[in-house]
Amino acid sequence: MANSDVYFTSPHKRRMYIARKVGSTTLTYAFLGLLGLFMIVPFVFMIITSFRNADAYDLDVAHRVFNLIPSWWNSEVNASNYTLDNYATVFNYRNPVTGEAINFAFFYINTVYVSVVSTIFTLITSVLAAFAFARCNFKGKNLLFTILLATMMIPGEMMVITNYQTVKLLGWDNTFAALIFVHGVSVFYIFYLRQTFQQIPNELFLAAKVDGYGHFRYLLRVMIPIAMPTIVTITILSLMGSWNAYIWPNLVASGKWRLNDQWSMKLVSNGLMSLFTNSDTGLSRDTVRIAGSMVCTLPLFVFFLIFRKYIMRGVSRSGIKG
Amino acid sequence: MVDQASKQRLAELNAESTRQILGMSLSSKRSSKHQLSETGKAWIALIPACIFLLAFMIYPILNTFIMSFIENFRFMKGAGGSFALSNFFAALSNSRLSTKPSFSFQNYIVVLQDADFLTSLGNTALIVIVTVPLTIVVALLIAVAMNSIKPLKGFFQTVFFLPYVTNAIALGMVFKIIFTDGDAGLFNAFLSLFGVSAQSWLSVYADKWQMFVVIIIYSIWNGIAFKILVFMSGLASIDNQYYDAAKIDGANKATILGRITVPLLSPQILYITITSFIGAFKSYTQIISLFGAGAYNFGGSTGKNWMTVVGYIYSTMQDDTMVGRAAAASFVLLVIILIITLLQTVASKRRVHY
Repeated sequence: MANSDVYFTSPHKRRMYIARKVGSTTLTYAFLGLLGLFMIVPFVFMIITSFRNADAYDLDVAHRVFNLIPSWWNSEVNASNYTLDNYATVFNYRNPVTGEAINFAFFYINTVYVSVVSTIFTLITSVLAAFAFARCNFKGKNLLFTILLATMMIPGEMMVITNYQTVKLLGWDNTFAALIFVHGVSVFYIFYLRQTFQQIPNELFLAAKVDGYGHFRYLLRVMIPIAMPTIVTITILSLMGSWNAYIWPNLVASGKWRLNDQWSMKLVSNGLMSLFTNSDTGLSRDTVRIAGSMVCTLPLFVFFLIFRKYIMRGVSRSGIKG
Repeated sequence: MVDQASKQRLAELNAESTRQILGMSLSSKRSSKHQLSETGKAWIALIPACIFLLAFMIYPILNTFIMSFIENFRFMKGAGGSFALSNFFAALSNSRLSTKPSFSFQNYIVVLQDADFLTSLGNTALIVIVTVPLTIVVALLIAVAMNSIKPLKGFFQTVFFLPYVTNAIALGMVFKIIFTDGDAGLFNAFLSLFGVSAQSWLSVYADKWQMFVVIIIYSIWNGIAFKILVFMSGLASIDNQYYDAAKIDGANKATILGRITVPLLSPQILYITITSFIGAFKSYTQIISLFGAGAYNFGGSTGKNWMTVVGYIYSTMQDDTMVGRAAAASFVLLVIILIITLLQTVASKRRVHY
């Protein structure tokens, strides 16, 4: 609030100005604070509830009392109110009826594997395609690029209907291939990378050519290092995308791994949904479910805190093109 | 006008580049070799992306479109092949099938008269009409407010961005528990501060409009982060001169917002409007996560209370005999999205300042 550059004709006007300024600043902070609270309450609730003793929590629900911070002085359950039991259940649960194991360790391994491999695949295909569009001249380039951009308009559901059949036909259901290759190439990433590549001055290419670099060596040694921030952003967005995927994995990978029938093919979101669905698990502890949500969200949080700058830039960049 | 000679030259170039891709040896003039190798290299770089885009994007779009016109298409699970056209011809020559598929608008007629589809269309339209304007206005206000402060700006940015990096399913389920029936629910406890008695929200005892409240709240919570971020980056690019000039003229805050900020942000507002309309029309994940009872439960005792268009497509698709209907519904969705986008682009021609 630098007021030093404002001059007033009378002390009264100055007082009025300051009063209004203080008032509006207070209002602004109050507005942001209230909405910020609305944003953050679900997270706080999730963190606290995931550590609560399941019996104490259920007792509260049965007695129709709300206790975010439970009253430790008159708890009917004498065991400590906070516990790691919910997490232990999430990582080792077996449905008493069907015998199906709900184990987030499996879901984690599946998700990490799929997100890493599909991100590498996406990066290779996108970088190569973006390079062709940005650096090379060939017949039909603009037509091809326009067609690709036009497909971004089309809702994914149209593709899912046929892709589901294709995957069944290829025998890819309940395999990692269906999760990795079907959505492995993203038109948006190609578009985003092409824009970055196009900003690299042509003189660099000519200089590299004088040094005897071919197209692909130029891509590897010059373009990729220069475009590194964009590539990092794409990597992060792609990893996050795999971590959040639900619809497609639910269709093609909700069974067991065919090589090992103890191993569920589910990714974290699908595993979480089955943790919540009574008929699947026979489990109705809300604290355990919340712990499952927490387990799903935590890696993303850690990731976000580390790569905050790249994520926010990548997301806002995707909005500027309009 | 392209003359004959250069046309022929282009054809030659094309043939040669094809041969080069196939790895055949070339013996052409030095001058044309550079040009050729560039085309060849471009295609080598494009081939991996193109193969997968063709197989999993271009072909599915065409195939789904064709499928929507085939009556009695029933090979969803891959039995006997899945390719719509080959399927059609196979069925024509296969007398074991009692009903032969034929091209018609039957799927569209059935879908457009299906009570479930009409309900889901109405539901989706309601969600769009309420959430999109509300989210955009609130996001804009938050962005402008955040832009005007210095202390704690980074903190608020992180707080408002958090929902973007969370799993929509996971937080939907947290909301489900926040909106538990009875006094034990966090939201009901909050309402009781204002003397409101406990309500049902998402259970089978709740009515459609109580569920709607939760859907709206969660949709806003879930979707606002991206919009705030885009508006913030737009605000950062507005020159401070405009605001200084307005201050000299004695403009108040409302005038500045309406006459300077909003017009200068209009490209971002247009972009956000189009993407949020499309996004809201494709609502699905946030709704099933709120009801938390599997991928095809949309609340209520029938599980269909808040079925959306995308939800209709996915649940219809599960039935082998109704794949054609799902395809028709997805094409209807495409047409709706195209119309909305077109209308907004045309309407914005007058309003958006670049």
